[in-house]
Amino acid sequence: MPGTVEDHFKTFNVDLWKYDGQAGALIPLLQSAQDTYGYISEKAIDYISHVTGIPAAEIYGVVTFYAQFRTKPLGKYVIKVCNGTACHVNGAKGIGDTITDELNLDYDETSDDGNFSMLSVACIGCCSLAPVIVINDETYGRLTPAKLRKILRTYKHRAKQQAKAEAGD
Amino acid sequence: MKTVKVGLGTCGISAGGEKVFQAFQDELKEHPQAFILKETGCVGMCYREVLVEVSNGNGEGHLYGEVTPERVGRIVEEDILKDSGIDEWLVRGEGREPGFFENQTRIVLRNCGIIDPGSIEEYIEHDGYKAARTALTEMTPETIIEEVTISGLKGRGGGGFPTGTKWKFTRQAPGDAKYIICNADEGDPGAFMDRSILEGDPNAVLEGMIIAGFAIGASEAYVYCRAEYPKAVARLRQAIAQAKKHNFLGRNIFGTDLSFDIKVKEGAGAFVCGEETALIASLEGRRGMPRFRPPFPAQSGLWGKPTNINNVETYANVPWIILNGGAAYAAYGTDDSKGTKVFAMAGKVRRTGLVEVPMGITINSIIFDVCGGIIDDRKFKAVQMGGPSGGCIPADMCDIQIDYQQINRTGAIMGSGGLIVMDETTCMVDVAKFFLTFTQLESCGKCTFCRIGTKRMLEILERITVGEGTMEDLDNLDELSEQIKDASLCGLGQTAPNPVLTTLKHFRDEYVAHIRDKKCPAHVCPTLLTYTINDNCTGCTVCAKACPTEAIFGEKKELHVIEQDKCIKCGKCFTVCRFDAVDKD
Repeated sequence: MPGTVEDHFKTFNVDLWKYDGQAGALIPLLQSAQDTYGYISEKAIDYISHVTGIPAAEIYGVVTFYAQFRTKPLGKYVIKVCNGTACHVNGAKGIGDTITDELNLDYDETSDDGNFSMLSVACIGCCSLAPVIVINDETYGRLTPAKLRKILRTYKHRAKQQAKAEAGD
Repeated sequence: MKTVKVGLGTCGISAGGEKVFQAFQDELKEHPQAFILKETGCVGMCYREVLVEVSNGNGEGHLYGEVTPERVGRIVEEDILKDSGIDEWLVRGEGREPGFFENQTRIVLRNCGIIDPGSIEEYIEHDGYKAARTALTEMTPETIIEEVTISGLKGRGGGGFPTGTKWKFTRQAPGDAKYIICNADEGDPGAFMDRSILEGDPNAVLEGMIIAGFAIGASEAYVYCRAEYPKAVARLRQAIAQAKKHNFLGRNIFGTDLSFDIKVKEGAGAFVCGEETALIASLEGRRGMPRFRPPFPAQSGLWGKPTNINNVETYANVPWIILNGGAAYAAYGTDDSKGTKVFAMAGKVRRTGLVEVPMGITINSIIFDVCGGIIDDRKFKAVQMGGPSGGCIPADMCDIQIDYQQINRTGAIMGSGGLIVMDETTCMVDVAKFFLTFTQLESCGKCTFCRIGTKRMLEILERITVGEGTMEDLDNLDELSEQIKDASLCGLGQTAPNPVLTTLKHFRDEYVAHIRDKKCPAHVCPTLLTYTINDNCTGCTVCAKACPTEAIFGEKKELHVIEQDKCIKCGKCFTVCRFDAVDKD
């Protein structure tokens, strides 16, 4: 990465830097870092520590406490499986198993090719469509294992096409 | 001119609401100015999303359910251009969804699904900010607190502490700077009341907070909102910006010397942050771990200053109480519990969604009169109330009233309002395991009994659901439960054993069936099932092809057989069979 660490982090939401020195700004800062880079890197922790004066170890403690923060980048397609109560009683387990089977992927993992990540979420609030998954921003409801396999295969195909196109460039 | 409102709460969007909205926009290009297009929040009928209301200038209208982009053309053509409603798509009106709206009393949800939540003007037209004006210009902090006390309103987040008393404590606490916090960290799996309120009527919450701020003497406020609710966060930010323009927030509100500002802080995904001291720690930028109380936040909260924390639904009640008087609110309900309560209905009930009912209604009445009973008319078994902190109430006790005391007596709690309906196909051991998995994962780890005790309990439940449990395990569950309750600092740990304790109390026979008979009576726990093929089999070979372990034998067009030694009980044959020929027992 060219330039200084400061240059690198200029892309952070600038507004947030006015919280400098103010307590309570750590979580919004981390959220901003994650929004920008997709995850919280060691570099980001060091930099936030440098700016706020909060020890890096403490920041790391906060990062690992909250479910939202990731220390590794996510795949191109992020599959969120709803494991809320309504989805649970309507067969969310089978949905998760199907993804594991089809993509060889478990919860909180990213596939080796960097295409897919699988996450578990508690109630995304469309209980009437249970069981539900969200892939990036697209919601798929009233799923059955068979329906899901079809959906996953279209994504696999799409990822392959994309990789091909990128390789061709 | 007719107005078209598309329900774009999270439920509407998940069902494809944005595409429907887009389809109406396309129609507008073809028929310019044929109608006014607006969005609205959730009216509660999540089970019929996407909902679209077409109304004329007099506010009379048609509510259509399950609208798809393909159906939009006909709605425009017939209802809007020819003014004739499409009967078969209507979901409201004579003979349709009987009882759903009639049995509700909508105070908190008064505007949800009716107004455009993105327009403060519409909120103002519906008496919005009238209560705040009255409170700030005609009432004193003392008379406001008095009115809230008379109303009998209790904290709707689950604690059930009287709101008026809480406000009084914070008002009386010494200190110049005080804070108001709105707890919007709705984390119970299966609860979405607060999200719908924030998405459907964000201004009602802001107005409640302004009134609370004046009553308590605070000038700064925070809404701590769950980050998984991006739509709610966006709605809040929009409403705050609009309220500032109208001078409902900022300096010298309504020409008084009150200054009040509200900021939105996004949570970062930790269930324990619903606990007030953990929430404050998180707002201060630390790990969200609870601390010992006292001092209560009313004495020493955010940055050590007196702080009043209420949840979304509690604040949303306040404007109505100020406008109509505490006594009018207290007219609803029982001796112990006043007003109304919003419930998120989920599980095996016909009408899943959001309902608001007066306190004192029976649980049976909510399930059968408001929500149309159980899916497929199966046998009603139990309801789960209060999420991971609550418990299961068996069907034969569901003639009790919605009332804090009556519900507590069953071992469940009112909680924040998740109500999950279960039928004979729900395994109670599995439900207990589900909630304990959740609390075990969400335990912050501070208290040993919560951190390790819940883990040990979960291991026992896992053993039982695979048929390896012993009767002694049941005593151990009881003992561990009591210890965890006694030795945990906060509500999360103190209530974590509730789902296990209530199912042990009311459904002990199911635990015993898993342990002694190695059977799951509800046919849920996979290891305990036996799959067999019955005479319906046509020999289509679909199951044999689907079986991952090649455990199914049989010639084409002849009865197939499952070899039990090879069967791994994955249930694939059951799912793929089109002739109901696979039995599980």
